[in-house]
Amino acid sequence: MKDGIVTRDQRVDTAPFVSDEVKLTTCYMCACRCGIKVHLKDNQVRYIEGNPDHPVNKGVLCAKGSAGIMQQNSPAKLQKPLLRVGERGEGKFKEIEWSEALELATGWLKDVRDKDPSRLAFFTGRDQSQSFTGWWASQFGTRNFAAHGGFCSVNMAAAGLYSIGGSFWEFGEPDWDLTKYFLMFGVAEDHDSNPIKMGLGKLKTRGEAKFVSVNPIRTGYSSIADEWIGIKPGTDGLFVMALIQELLKSDNVDWDYLGRYTNAAWLVIQDPGSAQDGLFARDKDGNAFVATAKDGLKSVQDTDADPVLVGEYQLESGQKAVPAFQLMAERYLSEDYAAEAVSEKTGIPAETIRRIAAELAKVAFEEEIVLDIPWTDWAGRKQEKMIGRPVSMHAMRGISAHSNGFHTCRAIHLLQMLLGSIDVPGGFRHKPPFPKPCPPGPKPAGHESKANTPLGGMPLGFPQGPEDLLVDEQGNPKRIDKAYSWEYPLAAHGLMHMVIHNAWASDPCEIDVLFMYMSNMGWNSTMNVPDTVRYLTDKKADGSYKIPHFIYSDAYHSETVAYADLILPDTTYLERWDCISLLDRPICSAHGAADSIRQPVITLDRDVRPFQDVMLDLGVMLGLPGMTDDTGAAKYPGGYSDYMVNHERSPGIGPLAGWRGEDKSGQGRGAPNPDQLNSYIENGCFWEKHFTPEQSYYKFANKAYLEEAVYMGFMGAPDPVVMQVYSETMQKFRLAAQGHGDRQPPEHLRERVGEFFDPLPLWYVPFEEEGLDEEKYPLHAVTQRPMHMYHSWGSQNAWLRQITARNPLFMHVDTAKELGIEDDDWLWVKSPHGRVKGQAKLMTGVNKYTVWTWNAIGKRKGAWGLKDVAPEATKGFLLNHIISELLPSKEDGYRYSNSDPVTGQAAWYDLKVSIEKCQEAECGETSPMLDAQDAIPNKSDCLEISRYGAALSGAPSGKDSLPHEEWIGNREENASSSSGIRTGHGNRIAETQGEEGTK
Amino acid sequence: MHPAKSVIFFTTASGGGYGLLLILLLGNVFNLLPTYIFFLLVCYGLAFILIAAGLLSSTFHLGHPERAWRALTQWRSSWLSREGVMAIVTFIPTGLYALYVIFFQDSFSALMELIGLVGAVCCVITVYCTAMIYASLKTIHAWSNRFVPYGYLLLSLTTGMVLITGMMMVWGYDTGIFGWLSPLLLLGSLYWKVSYWRFLDQTKSVSSPESATGLGEFGAVSLLEAPHTEANYLMQEMGFSIARKHSEKLRKIVLWAGFGAPFILLAFALFQAGVIGGIAAVLAVVLAGIGIFVERWLFFAEAKHTVAMYYGAKDA
Amino acid sequence: MTSLPTNSPTKKLGLVIDLDICVGCHACAVNCKEWNTSGHSAPLTDQDPYGADPSGVWFNRIHSFEVENEKTGGRTVNFPKSCLHCEDAPCVTVCPTGASYKREEDGIVLVNADHCIGCKLCSWACPYGAREYDEDAGVMKKCTLCVDKIYNPNLPEESRVPACVSTCPVGARSFGDLGDPNSDVSKLVESRGGYDLMPEQECKPTNKYLPPRPKKQGSPENDTMALTPMADSSAGVISRWVDKFLSA
Ligand SMILES: Nc1nc2c(c(=O)[nH]1)N[C@H]1C(S)=C(S)[C@@H](COP(=O)(O)OP(=O)(O)OC[C@H]3O[C@@H](n4cnc5c(=O)[nH]c(N)nc54)[C@H](O)[C@@H]3O)O[C@H]1N2
Ligand SMILES: Nc1nc2c(c(=O)[nH]1)N[C@H]1C(S)=C(S)[C@@H](COP(=O)(O)OP(=O)(O)OC[C@H]3O[C@@H](n4cnc5c(=O)[nH]c(N)nc54)[C@H](O)[C@@H]3O)O[C@H]1N2
Ligand code: SF4
Ligand code: SF4
Ligand code: SF4
Ligand code: SF4
Ligand code: SF4
Ligand SMILES: [Mo]
Repeated sequence: MKDGIVTRDQRVDTAPFVSDEVKLTTCYMCACRCGIKVHLKDNQVRYIEGNPDHPVNKGVLCAKGSAGIMQQNSPAKLQKPLLRVGERGEGKFKEIEWSEALELATGWLKDVRDKDPSRLAFFTGRDQSQSFTGWWASQFGTRNFAAHGGFCSVNMAAAGLYSIGGSFWEFGEPDWDLTKYFLMFGVAEDHDSNPIKMGLGKLKTRGEAKFVSVNPIRTGYSSIADEWIGIKPGTDGLFVMALIQELLKSDNVDWDYLGRYTNAAWLVIQDPGSAQDGLFARDKDGNAFVATAKDGLKSVQDTDADPVLVGEYQLESGQKAVPAFQLMAERYLSEDYAAEAVSEKTGIPAETIRRIAAELAKVAFEEEIVLDIPWTDWAGRKQEKMIGRPVSMHAMRGISAHSNGFHTCRAIHLLQMLLGSIDVPGGFRHKPPFPKPCPPGPKPAGHESKANTPLGGMPLGFPQGPEDLLVDEQGNPKRIDKAYSWEYPLAAHGLMHMVIHNAWASDPCEIDVLFMYMSNMGWNSTMNVPDTVRYLTDKKADGSYKIPHFIYSDAYHSETVAYADLILPDTTYLERWDCISLLDRPICSAHGAADSIRQPVITLDRDVRPFQDVMLDLGVMLGLPGMTDDTGAAKYPGGYSDYMVNHERSPGIGPLAGWRGEDKSGQGRGAPNPDQLNSYIENGCFWEKHFTPEQSYYKFANKAYLEEAVYMGFMGAPDPVVMQVYSETMQKFRLAAQGHGDRQPPEHLRERVGEFFDPLPLWYVPFEEEGLDEEKYPLHAVTQRPMHMYHSWGSQNAWLRQITARNPLFMHVDTAKELGIEDDDWLWVKSPHGRVKGQAKLMTGVNKYTVWTWNAIGKRKGAWGLKDVAPEATKGFLLNHIISELLPSKEDGYRYSNSDPVTGQAAWYDLKVSIEKCQEAECGETSPMLDAQDAIPNKSDCLEISRYGAALSGAPSGKDSLPHEEWIGNREENASSSSGIRTGHGNRIAETQGEEGTK
Repeated sequence: MHPAKSVIFFTTASGGGYGLLLILLLGNVFNLLPTYIFFLLVCYGLAFILIAAGLLSSTFHLGHPERAWRALTQWRSSWLSREGVMAIVTFIPTGLYALYVIFFQDSFSALMELIGLVGAVCCVITVYCTAMIYASLKTIHAWSNRFVPYGYLLLSLTTGMVLITGMMMVWGYDTGIFGWLSPLLLLGSLYWKVSYWRFLDQTKSVSSPESATGLGEFGAVSLLEAPHTEANYLMQEMGFSIARKHSEKLRKIVLWAGFGAPFILLAFALFQAGVIGGIAAVLAVVLAGIGIFVERWLFFAEAKHTVAMYYGAKDA
Repeated sequence: MTSLPTNSPTKKLGLVIDLDICVGCHACAVNCKEWNTSGHSAPLTDQDPYGADPSGVWFNRIHSFEVENEKTGGRTVNFPKSCLHCEDAPCVTVCPTGASYKREEDGIVLVNADHCIGCKLCSWACPYGAREYDEDAGVMKKCTLCVDKIYNPNLPEESRVPACVSTCPVGARSFGDLGDPNSDVSKLVESRGGYDLMPEQECKPTNKYLPPRPKKQGSPENDTMALTPMADSSAGVISRWVDKFLSA
């Protein structure tokens, strides 16, 4: 018994073949849009890895992206168009041919278009082709279009765009390389999934920056923060305003920055009762006045003027005016925003607030960064250096998903402005196409709706005053979701969360066809599951459904599928062309503009079609102008990929910016290039154009950048973007509420508009909490996104669901102790709207007044290709069962949407609950428990055992092993903080050495 | 540790078998046993059946029983391998001796006596190897201690002794020294088991959640989220835990059924030969068997593995 | 012979995991599964993948812990764990068949699936829970340190690293030769105070963990830092500004 018999041959094949082919495309396991390399074998996915050259992810891949294989193998994939045969909600369907499906849809849609196109409500959820779907809607002629932004984070988008011309989401990023202090509010994951992770890793490894996370929960990003501030939900505005007070009191503001780049110096008319009160004092050309210490009032256009930010001035009209800054300072210097005053409400000790303010000031003003990069401002003034205040901030749904989120977000932007830290070295940086003019444009289209007539513009836009609202003579909403009405005037992304309710209630109007795409509105993206399924299934006296037709496009067997009449099955992201365009939500970074495509990498094996192709086909069948030529023939006969290449929004500007023109040299502009897609594919499916160092910062006022932005079509003119400390747009609405102008809110809305359209950031108690019995519902309840799950669609994934197949209700140990609750106990979570059952998990890293759970893990039985006994359906739960899309009724019986009064953003995280232990007999299964929905026809079986990969193992190549290469995650950053480590990213030292070496 | 039935059966059955075999060999060599051929046939038969059934059952929990022969190759480092090798080796002298003693006992041979003694030593070594499979696992505090090898040997001997005593009583033989040794060994085992439990209850693994994560310098470590919401292999195999109340109940069963009651019954039988004594002896054997089976179940169920600390256990 | 290599390998390939920045995203775990399900130990079988009790073979798993400390407050630490390719690997020495072995050339601990009898003993011997029994295949599997990736000439250079390492979005994972004190990973471990898990188990793990860094600047225990107000009242603050800017 010697070695021979034992070890036989323990040599491992270290050099197997990996795949037949590697195709590059773009991930869509979430909206982050990372570049991926898909290794293929026999038309099956062998391995997906990040594309190291891709600007978004630089080779990394998250858990979702890595699980793409199992999405492709999901038993929940739809197979063929489906026509409902049972009642809505049962999920009984029969398979039909595409021809029949398209004819049916065209029939319903044609009817509508002949009558009144706005009787189509077309809402597109997690759409990455909004510039296309929005354009389709406008060609159809319906104003009733939006994507998911209204329930997602329109507060962040709108507050940002109306304040600084850009916003958080993935539209800006901290200067990861240079920032020294990073303050993050309410982020668990965000759309910039990989970039944020890469950035945090970098920032922490550099070792010189402090990272503070303000979040009721200490998990994920907050777990690696240097300081965790476990704030009470909904109170961030107060915290930020207290910080502002500290900075103001101690003179720690960037006076020059405020004077030059914001409207802090602009004079605001102080004439209570007049129609000009609170508006900027302007000259006859409409330019605002500023005051100077020596030369009196000057126009903002006077580039020599050195404005002062305080004082009281007399205008020619005799009216008084003060700089916006002074109004702002007066407000936040008030005792209401003293650290002590906000301490209890926010749950943050006054000392901590003071210290954070001091830390911010110290980093911003004592540790300023100076880059030797000369640049020229919009007015032609040469600057020798770029000054950086290395404080950066980021915020997302922890701020936006509250009914006071718009103002809170504006407060954060104000804080950034005071510190002079927007788009400067070390600060928050815009990503192109931002910054955009502020207040933003264009305005929403859709005042009129005429039979068979396109809209005059795109349905979504940005009102700049009451005149831009979509309301009728009486001030009533015109859109089905009441966006751009007096209730939600700046609803820049629409209110998708209200569509089903409003359509059911025929309030404010009726619709005939509800057409949805890629949004699970019957489950996790509705605020109110029990009522929403009722709205969808409710019938009129004559037995017909209250919402007459419901067409839905999904790729998988989601809960919403069960409620639709007609299903248009989509492909997976590996099977189709897609276009991630500068015209909607591009993949740019602060370093430059970029866009990308998806190409089909797997051959279709089912009778499903790419949704965008189907929309073009429907467009042709309906004879929509943009999609047909004079003869009525298809303008893009090649489908969506044809559109991607040949469509032009304005001459020379199309969906894709790269390789335009005959000679492929056009970047941003140029004639369509028939070979454009090949150029993309050769380049890894993306295009990117870097800024020059000169264009990189101060973009809002940087001539070199502004000219580039005009060339690229991001802006109409190279004018500076003036950031709005004080929002005149808001004041215009307020004036209307006060009785000025010819467009005024209806009586019952005057007070509301007057109150919430404050030109300066405001804090108020979130609506749900207002008037609620604190004793009865003492706890805040919020959700967080698991980093490895994308909303509902991760649970069908055999790998991801092994990580999280059920969600507990997390709560603080002390809170639990008071209630006698232990780990795994079954609990009732009660809100004024209902109750839901789940199991407890105790922890310490959570605000004591907050309970939380992972989002969208709970599933309806029968959905997502899972077995009925899946823990997602039996143990997991959705908080959405106890939220409501409506607030309790006002005195007049009216129920407002549970949304921000400025933007219509859904206020998910205003929820308050109480917790109660279940009775013995109630334990074991979640509740409410809907009946199982039927399986789709010809559903592929759920495997009992999955041996995926066994057949894809690589044969030996016979080649020699290569020596191993060392690889260090953050090599460059480690090199700078630990001695002796070579620089260069990852293992690409050789390649980057030269570049880095010269640094 | 997950109490796998096959492994529990293996250690109890083969443990008892080797104990019985050892006593038979020594008993025959030193002429302490009846030489009635059927008695010996049944006794040796029982011993070999127990051993063989145990070994067979231990292969049931293998993923690839057909490759079991490979387990004989690593005797230089692996106690499991040594155990396998010894189990086979032991069959040779013990088998030879058993055949000899049953069928050719008249022809006395010093060589055969020697073979018998070698067989006895082999039995001890085999049981020791079995014990060392467990005792060598540093990861399991409940196993990697001096109580375990002694305990295995002691219990093996005790079971063997109880079995032989029972056999002899059933056959109506005078139990002689065995009649005295059985209750004594039962008492000894009881003492050993109680000491072992005291050790278990009063000591902990040197490893802790703090050392498992290396985070002790920052404070007390507790699990927030396991890698998976549903149990995985590690949790099923190594994360098995038993409620205190439950284990207390089972410990009592072990003490009474395994040791206490058989002690009383056998002590009683010592003075009460005949049918009643026989019945008592059989009862003792059955109870001891049950007790030791439960003992072995607890031996697994109460054993905590360091891995469990990565899944929320406070200690191991 | 399943005894450990007689002259312990001078090359000790392994991972270094930075607990200071791991956000617990599970990317490394899933990417590992993805590579390896068609790799050396293919497949990484999943049982009941769409049912009540899904469980599968994973070579890498992410835990998260809370660490409580009355004085300094608590923290949450995300904690990935895979095979640590121990120098004194008990999983190798207990293996009765020789299926479990440690490679002489680089110290990687592997299982030869053709020889494994599925006795599970190695999983009992590993203190870290790094061994993965594949019920369906009846054999033990485990992290291979991506042995079929790191040397593979059929892949481009940037892919010749363990899957979990190249995919980690925060860059919390590094890979290299921990036997060479001059390697970059060794220097990283040295400078960051990298440590062994459960040294008392005496397995001498090759993989190292980098502890969370001390927290930066101020902290709640040290809340004394504050800005100095320039005036007592808000009116005072503003009139000071008026003086400052208008009388300049
Ligand atoms: N309680 C609570 N609820 C929330 C939130 C919260 O934080 N807490 N967050 C809210 C927010 S911000 C959002 S954005 C929503 C998101 O919620 P949803 O918009 O519902 O998003 P998903 O659940 O990801 O998926 C939408 C649908 O798209 C389908 N789909 C996936 N890929 C494709 C494809 O390629 N083609 C087509 N046609 N369909 C596809 C999926 O199958 C799924 O049915 O949830 C909201 N709901
Ligand atoms: N993995 C993954 N990535 C995703 C998604 C996904 O489903 N999965 N969804 C995508 C979508 S649609 C969106 S909108 C983004 C959203 O990305 P995030 O903004 O990160 O979304 P949430 O998970 O809702 O996280 C909100 C955070 O705010 C905290 N919070 C709640 N209330 C408050 C408060 O009042 N104040 C403060 N300071 N914090 C609070 C919560 O604890 C939570 O940590 O993520 C996108 N990225
Ligand atoms: S973050 Fe992950 S899921 Fe989202 S696109 Fe990137 S790799 Fe795909
Ligand atoms: S971690 Fe466990 S499996 Fe890996 S070498 Fe060490 S003992 Fe063996
Ligand atoms: S399970 Fe396989 S690798 Fe592990 S000890 Fe047994 S034979 Fe060896
Ligand atoms: S080294 Fe390879 S096998 Fe090991 S955990 Fe990482 S990816 Fe998995
Ligand atoms: S991929 Fe990186 S950050 Fe994510 S869990 Fe793994 S080690 Fe941690
Ligand atoms: Mo969202």
